[in-house]
Formats: sequence, C-alpha cells, structure tokens
Amino acid sequence: MKSGNDILVVEDLKKYFPVKTKGKQELFVKAIDGVSFSLKPGETLGLVGESGSGKSTVAYDVVGMYSPTSGSIRFKGREIGMLLRERPLPLKKEIQIVFQDPGTSLNPKRTVYKILELPLRIHKICEPKDYVKYVARLMDLVELPYEYMFKYPSALGGGERQMVAIARALATNPQLIVLDEPTSALDVSVQAKIINTLLRLQKEMNLSYLFITHDLSLMRNVASRVAIMYLGKIAEIAPTEDFFRSPRHPYTKMLLSSIPVVSPEEEKYRPERIESRGEIPSPVNVPAGCSFNTRCPFAMERCLKEDPVPVALDAEGLHMARCHLLEMRG
Amino acid sequence: MESCPNKIDISQVDVSRIPRRNAGENIRKLWYKFSLNRVSVVGLALILLIAAAAIFYRSIVPYPEHIGAMVDFKNACMPPSWQHLCGTDQAGRDILSRIIYAFRGALTMGVVAILAILPLGGVLGLVAGYWNGRFVSNLIMRVADVFLSLPTLILVMCVSSIMTPSTRNAMLAISISWWPWYTRLVYGIVTSTRNEVYIRSAEVLGANVWHILLKEILPNALGPILTKMTLDFGVAILAGATLSFVGMGEQPPAPSLGAMVSAGVGYLPDQWWMAVFPALAIMLIVLGFNLLGDGIGDMLSDAE
Amino acid sequence: METHIKEQDNRVVDVKNLFISFRTFKGYTKVLNGVNLHVRRKEKIAIVGETGCGKTTTVYAIAQILAKQARVDGGEIFFKGRDSLRMNEKELKQLRASGISVIFQDPIASLNPVFTIGDQMAEVIRYSGIEGARDPRVQRERTVAALRETSLPDPERLMENYPFQLSGGMRQRICIAMSLATPRDLVIADEPTTNLDVTIQDQVLKILRQRVEEKQSALILITHSLGVAREVADRIYVMYAGNMVETAGAEELFRECLHPYSRGLMSCIPKLSGGGIASGIPGHLPSYYAPPPGCRFEPRCPHAMPRCKQAMPPMYEAAPGHCVACYLYERGTSA
Repeated sequence: MKSGNDILVVEDLKKYFPVKTKGKQELFVKAIDGVSFSLKPGETLGLVGESGSGKSTVAYDVVGMYSPTSGSIRFKGREIGMLLRERPLPLKKEIQIVFQDPGTSLNPKRTVYKILELPLRIHKICEPKDYVKYVARLMDLVELPYEYMFKYPSALGGGERQMVAIARALATNPQLIVLDEPTSALDVSVQAKIINTLLRLQKEMNLSYLFITHDLSLMRNVASRVAIMYLGKIAEIAPTEDFFRSPRHPYTKMLLSSIPVVSPEEEKYRPERIESRGEIPSPVNVPAGCSFNTRCPFAMERCLKEDPVPVALDAEGLHMARCHLLEMRG
Repeated sequence: MESCPNKIDISQVDVSRIPRRNAGENIRKLWYKFSLNRVSVVGLALILLIAAAAIFYRSIVPYPEHIGAMVDFKNACMPPSWQHLCGTDQAGRDILSRIIYAFRGALTMGVVAILAILPLGGVLGLVAGYWNGRFVSNLIMRVADVFLSLPTLILVMCVSSIMTPSTRNAMLAISISWWPWYTRLVYGIVTSTRNEVYIRSAEVLGANVWHILLKEILPNALGPILTKMTLDFGVAILAGATLSFVGMGEQPPAPSLGAMVSAGVGYLPDQWWMAVFPALAIMLIVLGFNLLGDGIGDMLSDAE
Repeated sequence: METHIKEQDNRVVDVKNLFISFRTFKGYTKVLNGVNLHVRRKEKIAIVGETGCGKTTTVYAIAQILAKQARVDGGEIFFKGRDSLRMNEKELKQLRASGISVIFQDPIASLNPVFTIGDQMAEVIRYSGIEGARDPRVQRERTVAALRETSLPDPERLMENYPFQLSGGMRQRICIAMSLATPRDLVIADEPTTNLDVTIQDQVLKILRQRVEEKQSALILITHSLGVAREVADRIYVMYAGNMVETAGAEELFRECLHPYSRGLMSCIPKLSGGGIASGIPGHLPSYYAPPPGCRFEPRCPHAMPRCKQAMPPMYEAAPGHCVACYLYERGTSA
C-alpha cells in the first residue's frame, strides 16, 4: 500500500483533547483514534464522516493547527506532526487549507487585494512591484473579475468569497490543499462552479487534495479514493469506483442508503437498504469493542468486546474495512 | 524542502484591465454611511463649529481683553444684552468671550487626555488579549482592574494636592484613571477575534504575530475604539469641568467652563446667566461628541 | 363556518398571485412576484429553491408570521377557503393555534431553553382548543403519546429534559412531535433537516412523513435539496427569484424537468451514480430592488428569447399536472 512517491502519509494518528476531570480520572475526547492513510500527488482523497467523526481534526492536524497526541504525519517523507509555530516557513508554503465558511475565513476589514497579497509578502513569492499582477493572475485562475480586487468580502456573494479563499490558498503554489467542507455552506449551483474550478486547478497545477466532507455523493464525482470515518477511526477506505460499487462496511451501507437521491439510477447504488438507526455516540464515551456496535444491525457478541482491525478486501490492499463480519469471510 | 517551479505565470496579465485603487471612493462610502445617521451629522457640525471657534478665537471673540484678569465693576453682573450676548460676570467681563476662550481648555483637556492614553491602553489591550491566559496578560489585566477601582475624582484631587492644581495635572489625573478602559475594550475585542477563522487562515499562511495583531485584529477593533474615544472626549470634558468647578483645573484668571459655573452658582437665581451659559456650553460640547460617536460606530461597521 | 367559501378540490391552502415586498433602508425589495400554490388535503408538497428564492417568505405568509417589514402588494391566501389576509386577530390566533404548525430549521432556536420539553408541549396542547386542553392530566397523556408516536425513547424521562440536554436529531423530532401533538390541517416544515447529519436526516424525514400521514395533515416542506423533496413529497414546486417556475408530481418532475432553471439545478446535483457535475448556472440571483421586468431567470437562461425580457411567462401545462413558467412550452395549454 505504501509507495515511495506518496506526498502525504498519515500513520496511526491520534488526537485526544482533555476534558474535565471526573474524580481522579482524567477524561479525553478521542477525536482521532488511530487513523492511517496516504495521498499521492495529483490525487483527491475524500475523507467523509458525520459530525463528531473527527474528520476536521485530521485536517487541522495536517495543517498544523493542532499537534497530534501520537502517530506520525509525513509530508514528502518528512515528519510534520507539529504545531504551526514549530513549522519552518517553507513548509507552510506547501500545505494550504480552504475552510468551510468563506464568511468567516476572510477578514471583513481587508480587501480582496490585501487578502491575496498577504501570502506573496510572507513567502516573498515575487517582487513587490509585481504583486498587483500576481493578484490579478490569481483572480484569473478562479475566474473572479478584476472589479472585485479592491472590494471588501462583504460586497461579494458566498461563492465568490470561497473563490477568494481558494485563490489565497493557491498563491503560495502549494502541493497539498486541505479542503475542509469548502462547499457545504453554499447552494448546489454555486457548489458546482467551485467544484469544477477546483478540479480544473488540480489538473493544471498537479495539486493533491485532502477533501473533508459529509457529502458522499459529492465524493463520488470528485475523489479518486474515499475514506469513511466513524468516531475517530476509518471504517472503510477504497478507490472511488470500488467504494461505491461494492461498499462492505455496515456503516458505509447505512450512510449510502440514507442519502436522498434524485434518480432511479442512483437508487441502484444503495441496494441493501440498511435502515438508519440510533445516533453517533459522544466521542468522550466511545463504546467498547467496535465503536459502531450501538447502531450496527449485524452486531455480534464479539463486536461488543473486540475492536476489529482493518482487513484488506482486494489483492492490492487498496480496499480496507474494519469489521468482524469481513474478517470471517476473508 | 525543494519547491516546485511556480506554476503561476504572470506574464499574460493584462494590466490595463486592473481597476485603480480608488481611495476617494472609500472615503465617499464612509461618509455616506456616516451621513445616514442624521443626528451624528448634527453632532459633527456642532463639534466642528466649537473647534473652529476655539482655534480662531482671536478673530471672533467680541472682547479679547475680557479673557484675562480684567476688572470693570461698572459693568459687573449685567444681564444679556446686544453688547454682551451672554451678559457679564461679577468682574464685569463678557461671558461669551470667556466661554469661547474656555472651549480651548475644555477641548484640550478632553481630547488630549484621551489621545495621550489611547496608544498605551490599546497596546496593553492587544498584548493582554493576544497572550490571553499567560502571565503577562494576567498582570496587565489585574493592574488595569486596580486602576479602574480608583475613584477618578479622588485620584485627581490627590494628584492636584501633591502637585499644584493646573490644567496639565488635571489631564494627567484623567489619563491615569482612564487608560484601563481602553485596555479592557481592546482586550475583549482581541480575545473574541483571536479565534476567528480568518486569523487561523493567516496563521496557516505563515503570518507573524505583528501582522496578525496590527493588520488583522486591530482594524476590527478600530470601530469600537473610535466610537468609545469620541464618547470619552465628552466624558473627559465633563470630568475636566467638574475638576475646575471644585478649583482643581485651570487656574484663574484664565477662564474655564467649570470654574465659571462654579463662580456663577453663587449668583443664582437672580443673575442666572452667569452659571447657565457656561453650563449650556459644557452641555453642548458633550452632546456634540455623544451624537458624533454614534455615527462613527455606524460608519465603521461592515454592513454594506 | 362562514359562507364566502371558495374551496375547490379540497384545497387546504390556495395561494393566488401573491406579491410581497420588504421595506429596507434602500427601498422596497420585490421578493414574491405573483406566487401561485395550492395544497390539497393530506397532500405532501415540497418547495425547492436556492438561498434567497423566497420559499420561506411564501410559507411565512401562509402561516401569517411574516416580519413587520413585509408588505403584501397583492394576491390572496385562502386557508380552508377563507382569505387569511383578511382575517381578524381572533381568527388568526385560532389559525396559528390549531390550523397550521411550523417546524423550523433550527430546533434550538424554536425551543425555549429554560423550560422542560414536557412544559413546552403542555403549553402547545393547552392553546390547541382540543377537548380537555386545560386539564394537566390530558396534557401529560397527550404529550407522552405524541413523543412515543415520534419514536422517541422513554417519553416520561424525556419530558423532564431541557432542550440543551438533547442532540440535534432528538430536538428536531421533539419539534415534530410538538407540531403534531394536536390535530392540524397543515404542517409547514422549513428546512427541517438542513443542520442534521445524513443518517439522522433519514430518520427525521421518515418520522415526519409517517406522522403527517397518520394525522392526515397536509404538509409543505421547504428544502434546498431536490433529493429530500423526492423522498417526502407527492408534488414539488421549483421556485426561483420569487416565482414558482415549475410544478409537477414528484415522479414526473424527476423523470423530466422542463424549466431551464430546474434543468440547470438538476445538473448541478452530484449524483451517486457519478458522471461528474455540470459547471453550475452562470450569473447571479437578480437584485430584488430592480428585478428583471420579464422572466426573472432570463439574464441567466441559455434559451432566453427577446420576449422573455418583456413579460413574465405564465404557467403552461406541458403535460397533465406538469406546469412550467417558460415560453419554450407555450404550445401546451395555458393553465
């Protein structure tokens, strides 16, 4: 599964947040509890999960907003599991992030020009006299008209603001962009435009995307591989085609059958209708054994005691899932 | 870490299509937002009028010689008339002339006292807010609490009784008791802005502390600071007037509004003009600043 | 009931040519531009549209809970045959207490944080005007029954809880229980699952549909998601910039949508079957201060014709029960 040219390799990543102590025992929110995946250059990995699954925590660990509790994050072979202030400046240039809500990720007191000029200044991307040209080029890349250059974010629509945020992430010519639900605050027609722009830019600039989202049907159309997270662990990971053609984990099947679809063709992608039931438990109080056992229709004795390990479901080990049912079959 | 060649090519950019930065437009927009609040336009006019009168007092004061220590008992305590629009005081001096001159002291007192401590209070607030939870932040905020618990007037009296009572010392006293308000204000804004996603974005890009404090956070604090400052001009003028009322401010014979009210109080109610006109002058200037403050807040809000 | 009844084919709600504008500091925004809509008894309809299309304004007008800045410029809203725009205070009170109930997008905002679930449900029952509504025992029984019917576990304990002690999905189910604790002619659900995870959304939608059917109420579901509308509704309205641009039975609409806007919208939806996403609909929603005089979609429409600029096209019936407000379908009979 591991190959030398992976741009990002995450291994057994854990991030625990301490919460209030109860008596003498200290309690933790296990936001991520042993996550491993890798990302190739030019690839999109969709990291899908519901709220509380820990998907955003993975994103923030990768960009250095949090430092991991344990495990490793390697970027082009180099350990980067540390906070931003410990990271060298050239590294910050390589990894960028686009946040969910462009209404909060752009400073309302700074014009589009100033927002886009900041990365150029910090990383000395070009001569100061070329800043204007460079900003204009960035706006071209995301198809924003130049008229917006000296406007404030409040004068722009939601989709246009997100385009500014994307242009800002592109400014340093990064290799990896973490997309943290970049379109979930937007309407579908705007989402469509943003997604197409992102895909075009990926091709043009050979970008790698770590795409955090709750939207499986979006990932069907965007990702090269998809990973499903549940309570801080990856339940199933597979190449997109494979993932949607033969989902194996009960949680994946439950998710797929919960998605409201618009056509009969899509209905075929949720063949075994697994009724959604129960709610995602609190990450402070993760169930023993397999963390999905409280909602799983196939839960067995063993699932209550023993946490399953990832099982390879194909020859190359690209399709993995953590479920006792699959262990027995395989 | 080796970097890839930059894939962003700026040679094709058509510079002629780039709009010009239009500072004039921004100013017009600010004025438009300010002018939506009619009342604050009145406030601004009032303050500009008073400031102009204070600056150009020489050319508009009817009796320049009445400003100082002049005595003309023949004309003492004259009611308002065409010669003396606001009447004369117990020494026969023209009250209007003295009020116009006293505006100088009042404006200096309020504006300078506040402007002097703004940088100090603001910077301390920025530091305490950014490093919130650390020792330096706790230190600053506790010291600020101590200063806030000092009663201004008593502090001023202490300062004035240790040193000689004068305008400068009154200002000093106001400044000492006033800076913590700005520290608190800025501290509050910084701690709430600090976790905004746009600050995180700047950090991920690699921006340093100074950029984040001065370019990202401070502009967001500017609106509340300017609003509070404008309102405080009025409050400080009021405090200054109180001080000169009890004899701790500007010393006679130079006129000050508080002292004039104080002197006139003894002649109430028969010679009412001696206390009422200086009191009205205080009210007008404070009102002006209060109305103005409102509009400044609107002007600097993000609403389009 | 009064005599000036205008009830055709069992319509609970019949909105006719409704125009609504909002006063802002810059003038009036002409939001609703002649909306026509009806809901029959026991029918479940959905209004689908993107942010700012006026769908919430439409249903707030039906429920008579519009903001003060709103101005009705024309049209009628018949509720069970009576024009609710001309109702007096007492009738409106009754309309809100027992005629229409509304489920909002954000349950945390619609539940009072300082009262228990039980107290709040009792309140709803007390003002409903059902038999024995003022008797605490009846209130309690009704509450327990309503919570149980909404598949909420352990109703007795749940009644003692405060809203913040419950998860988002639970709160929304409580809102559903509350709105259907007493009989209603119409339930309006305004984006009830937008803030919920997809597995929870699935559960909540199922409960909503099931409860509405059991209680024989009519339902207006507002959503921005065509998929959600398809799961729940019998008939769907597609709304754009203050107009209903297309309406059809759910199956018919998803077999073939006709209006250029609906087509654009449909092509933007990421499909589970893959095939990529269209590049979006070019342009923006028009400004409501000065909307286009003709079809409001004309500036963005790939099929725009000169006449589209002149007058808003009427609804043409392209197929039985499938109406489109677009000149492309003029050959059909005008509906």
